[in-house]
Amino acid sequence: MSVDIDTVKRVARLARIAVDEEDASRMTGELNAILGFVEQLNEVDVTGVEPMTSVIPTTMKMRVDEVTDGSKAEDIVANAPQTEEHFFLVPKVVE
Amino acid sequence: MTELTKLTISEIRAKLADKEFTALELTEAYLSAIQTANEKLNAYITVTADKAREMAKASDMRLMQGGARPLEGVPLGIKDLFATEGVHTQACSHILDAFKPRYESTVTTNLWADGAVMLGKLNMDEFAMGSSNETSYYGPVVNPWREEGGNKDLVPGGSSGGSAAAVAAWLCAGATATDTGGSIRQPAAFTATVGIKPTYGRCSRWGIVAFASSLDQAGPIARDVRDAAILLKSMASVDPKDTTSIDIPVPDYEAAIGQSVKGLKIGIPKEYRVEGMPAEIEALWHKGIEWMRDAGAEIVDISLPHTKYALPAYYIVAPAEASSNLARYDGVRYGLRVPGRDITEMYENSRAAGFGREVKRRIMIGTYVLSAGYYDAYYLRAQRVRTLIKRDFEQAFEAGVDAILTPATPSAAFGIADQEMNADPVKMYLNDIFTVTVNMAGLPGIAVPAGLDSRGLPLGLQLIGRAFDEETLFRTAHIIEQAAGKFEPKRWW
Repeated sequence: MSVDIDTVKRVARLARIAVDEEDASRMTGELNAILGFVEQLNEVDVTGVEPMTSVIPTTMKMRVDEVTDGSKAEDIVANAPQTEEHFFLVPKVVE
Repeated sequence: MTELTKLTISEIRAKLADKEFTALELTEAYLSAIQTANEKLNAYITVTADKAREMAKASDMRLMQGGARPLEGVPLGIKDLFATEGVHTQACSHILDAFKPRYESTVTTNLWADGAVMLGKLNMDEFAMGSSNETSYYGPVVNPWREEGGNKDLVPGGSSGGSAAAVAAWLCAGATATDTGGSIRQPAAFTATVGIKPTYGRCSRWGIVAFASSLDQAGPIARDVRDAAILLKSMASVDPKDTTSIDIPVPDYEAAIGQSVKGLKIGIPKEYRVEGMPAEIEALWHKGIEWMRDAGAEIVDISLPHTKYALPAYYIVAPAEASSNLARYDGVRYGLRVPGRDITEMYENSRAAGFGREVKRRIMIGTYVLSAGYYDAYYLRAQRVRTLIKRDFEQAFEAGVDAILTPATPSAAFGIADQEMNADPVKMYLNDIFTVTVNMAGLPGIAVPAGLDSRGLPLGLQLIGRAFDEETLFRTAHIIEQAAGKFEPKRWW
């Protein structure tokens, strides 16, 4: 399978990365090189093979349902580009 | 005083106990070595001199009063991927501009609790995506090794290029690193240092910037096998904050060093004899086989038939996980924000400006293979192939093999801005051909220096072990180290 420039632009939109015409055209070539490389996986017979979910067989650990953390609003917003009174500020999203 | 920086961790431990020098003198020696060398090597992106002195003074107090801890006063460099409280933590990306976490990763917490001293944060490929340390926002790291008689700058490998270069150039006694497809072992091989990627789940991933969560593991890069064992003992732990941290006590790895390998079965996989591999690497591999045989190990030929599919499967699984992990960099909660007309444009502009070319490429691949209609054909198929890769190893171990010996990399270090590598991303990816299988199967792997090529550049061998059997790796790697000797770069910086 290979991708065209319109697919690349659509994927960039899904990934929320702004691309111009030049970026999209360069990425098309690069993505096709990588997709060409991974195509050899089609040679492998995977009938009846379970997809890997965890490299080390393990059961999910359970912990006691109790509050062990919190009251760190200051720490949480400390690295944000724009905040106001412990809220993250973003451009207006509703009209 | 400069000779202090040449001591191994085990030597530091003995000499600090004997009061031959103080922890502060040792730290000062490293800080001055960094000051002289870093402009040329670019291994450190930030040096925490004040913090280092403070920690060293605290170590001196401990040493004086008794009760020295296992890494008391040992100066370490930390890969920029580890969250360090109040200190630059950006995964060497522009998108994490000015990020200073309010918390400390579990691995570094363990190291400080054992008395280690932090010298600073080390350069790396952006978000650990790269095999040459050239994708860093802070510029490439220069390998302290050069060709005999040459003065061309070479890459130190990646993504832990800063860690490997700093250890090789005596700019820290040891370093933390991480390995998703070979990022500890390949740079170790390029710089004649020892690097171990432990079993998935051995070191906590809590507080390590995530790249591909099912593959990422932390481990040390060190001057020799013993130092790697000492560091891993401290870094590894059972951590309730990481659900993939496995509940098995951490053994005393150092105790495995020096144990006989008599009767151990060492597997030699025929699939690692790849086309176009330099004859020197093939010859080195044979030497390694002889060394193991001379030490009393039994050599057996094995087959890992799905080896060639590990790299293509990796280039689906790793980008898929990365595209999901890196969705959090949106210009809202931390790091860089570039304004736009609306919130979507703000996201798109921030991510376009904040991510480098290689990171964008991988996010794009990951987004594509996970998108509707392609998930089964790419992602699910790759995960099925991964099951087969793991099964290959399981069958070898079930047949009685204790460890597997392979070359660490298909070449020695190459030049910075290598044209062929830059023109073709797949060519760069092939660097990890011998290491990536280990991540796909979650197994431990160690790279140990084994010789120099005809140009005088280091080459390494890799040993792969059973899950949670790092001890056998230290034991066998030590045999190679003893037979091959140690290698040092000539100081030109």
